[in-house]
Amino acid sequence: MATVDDPIDAYWTDSEPARVSGHEYRRARRTPVTWVRGGGLATLLFLLPMLFVFGAFSWYPIVRTVIMSVQHTNLVSPATWVGLDNFRAVLHDPLLPKAVENTAEFAGLALIFGYPVPLVAAVLMSEARRFRGVYSALAYLPVVIPPVVAVLLWKTFYDASPTGVFNTILGWVHLGPYPWLQSQQTALPSLVLESTWANAGGTVIIYLAALTGVNRELYEAASVDGASLWRKVWHITIPQLRGVLLLTMILQIIGTAQVFLEPYLFTSGGPANATLTVLLLIFDYAFGNSLGGDYGQATALSLMLAAFLAVFSLAYLRATRSWSAK
Amino acid sequence: MKSTRMTALLAVIVTSLLAVFASSVSSAATAKTVTISVASLIPGSTPAAIAQFNAQVAEFQKANPSIKIKPVEYQWTGPTFAAKLAAGTLPTVFEVPFTDARTLGDNGQLADITTEVTNLPYFSKYNKAVLAEGTTAKGKIVALPKGAYAQALHYNRKLFVAAGLDPNKPPTTWAQLAADAKQIAQATGKTGYAEMAKDDNTAGWIFTTVVYSLGGRMEVGRGTSAQATLNNPKAVTALNMLKKMRWTDNSMGSNFDYSWGDINQSFAAGNIGMYISGSDVYTNLVSASNIDPSIYGLGTIPLAKNKTAGVLGGGTEVGVRPDANAAARAAAVKWIDFFYERPLVNKAQAIRNAQTLVASKQPVGVPALPLFNKKQYDLANTWIKPYINVPLAQMKPFNTNIFNQQLVPEPAASTQSVYHSLDAAVEAVLTDKNANIQQLLDAANSTAQGLISQGK
Repeated sequence: MATVDDPIDAYWTDSEPARVSGHEYRRARRTPVTWVRGGGLATLLFLLPMLFVFGAFSWYPIVRTVIMSVQHTNLVSPATWVGLDNFRAVLHDPLLPKAVENTAEFAGLALIFGYPVPLVAAVLMSEARRFRGVYSALAYLPVVIPPVVAVLLWKTFYDASPTGVFNTILGWVHLGPYPWLQSQQTALPSLVLESTWANAGGTVIIYLAALTGVNRELYEAASVDGASLWRKVWHITIPQLRGVLLLTMILQIIGTAQVFLEPYLFTSGGPANATLTVLLLIFDYAFGNSLGGDYGQATALSLMLAAFLAVFSLAYLRATRSWSAK
Repeated sequence: MKSTRMTALLAVIVTSLLAVFASSVSSAATAKTVTISVASLIPGSTPAAIAQFNAQVAEFQKANPSIKIKPVEYQWTGPTFAAKLAAGTLPTVFEVPFTDARTLGDNGQLADITTEVTNLPYFSKYNKAVLAEGTTAKGKIVALPKGAYAQALHYNRKLFVAAGLDPNKPPTTWAQLAADAKQIAQATGKTGYAEMAKDDNTAGWIFTTVVYSLGGRMEVGRGTSAQATLNNPKAVTALNMLKKMRWTDNSMGSNFDYSWGDINQSFAAGNIGMYISGSDVYTNLVSASNIDPSIYGLGTIPLAKNKTAGVLGGGTEVGVRPDANAAARAAAVKWIDFFYERPLVNKAQAIRNAQTLVASKQPVGVPALPLFNKKQYDLANTWIKPYINVPLAQMKPFNTNIFNQQLVPEPAASTQSVYHSLDAAVEAVLTDKNANIQQLLDAANSTAQGLISQGK
């Protein structure tokens, strides 16, 4: 049993009422009045809008997703319980391996080509002595262009005829014409290229902000030692940014694993499923049939993807914990 | 005596008051406005087309002051329709293909409009087969036909002339079509023959048309017990034909992901020599793609010389949202009657409709198939003859031959799923020179069979 010397302390303790110096302090009980006076009502009022927003738009859909994954429903007729049938149907779908393969290829290509681009751009920009703001603005410009507009723009670039923008430019050096989106081999890399252009700007800004936190004295000391730009990047910049680099990498992997916009708007998953991704397959389950989709299968695959990403993220964080903490 | 008079007076006053109250309630009820949203034009329609539609809305509202019409841009595509259906964001009156209306009705996704429709004065004149497309298994009418089409060959007369071909003689065999396409591509650098080949069911739809024209069929039977026959020998021939035009003749251009709207725009822009689509597509070419009428030509699909070769026919139904209340349903059927049906059976309405269309420079007299019977179709065309503004002479190859062709309806079971299963096969042949045709069709058949068996 704890003893208290002050009534205020007694208010906060869960101990039994104590006798001190002959006075009996009864434990201050939480009553609605004390709760309101303590600011509880105000806290709740401030909290309510957020609780409502999260509840309605995040938690409720998640709960509904779990429920729908074990139902057969077209959202109009009454739903029927089907247990794990939706999961079995998804796992037996011959298109699933193709969608997983394409998604992995997209993520891999984006990691190999798209991941270093913002870092290189940020380092070069930070080295610039003039017009740094202009370079940042130019790098960020694609991010503010509406994605649909960007895709329409790039569709004209990717026109497979000899008069297409890219083919015309390549024609000047006697290359092409290339089929770009019209070939099963080049369609996916073409999507990665546009996606890198469209999304790199945001990461560049993150790196530029992180670079301001790197101690300039380290670069000055390296310069005194005669280090080249490359050695400074390799031995100072990258180690100093490792925390940010690890974070942007996992965010990029999660983002590319859920790629939908580019394959949907550019190719609808074609040609011949060459750009069918997991998210596009989910979309097809839900909306591919005009008579009403299979929302059960769509939500089942969504849950499988979410579970995979959660496990992958945990493993990634565990594997990189020691490095990022250095 | 005095009390009797008082009672009588009181009774008169009460009765009068009740009568006044009842009449005010009645007039309030009749004056109550019903607002319904209706599918209008496809997104991107020209200002003239929009003005024409609005003029018709104004005319309807004048005749029906208690109904307010809210036009909503609308274009049926499989994925967007499914999303709107699930989200409940379809307009009160909307359009669906022949292939979907019946199943949507069976699933409770279209309103039962039997009572309202059977009261229409011309109801008994409908072609029974056409009416059946919008009737559920339990005999409830859930949709009325908007129009029926036969697949047709649309061709660019200007490119025909530039390639040294006779613009009044479109190809009548597939061999001739391939030769003409090659000639157009070589002489003009444009696409000789193009096909919709997108993963949105259009690739499968057009491919099925080609297979029908060779005498093949995509399934046997109806419902979930139907047997898929997507890998039939005619389908193999059709894909080989495409493969030759694409890779050997190099006459199919460089774009192999055309959807319905894209191919119309590209054709109207003068980039395509020939393509297959519904016979009524000229309306869209004018209202959304600003086609130069002088380049337009319309012929029938080349049919193989065998008994089963036929032209794929389909159409569009108009239905009502299942959550529409009685007043909205009644208003919706009035709109369907006014906008879609009456111009086909009522001389005055047909002429008024044609006048409005002509005033807005919209096409009148686009070839279609009869919803009632051939006699009624011809009669309706005589009513509007002075207003016909489509290049009829350039459509002669179609109009003179179409009624001699065997019309074959779309696959009855899981139509859109069958088309979707074929999409990838068509795309593969057009984008991979070494595509294994038999393997692709076997895979498509297996997928389609699975979906048919599940009733999807």
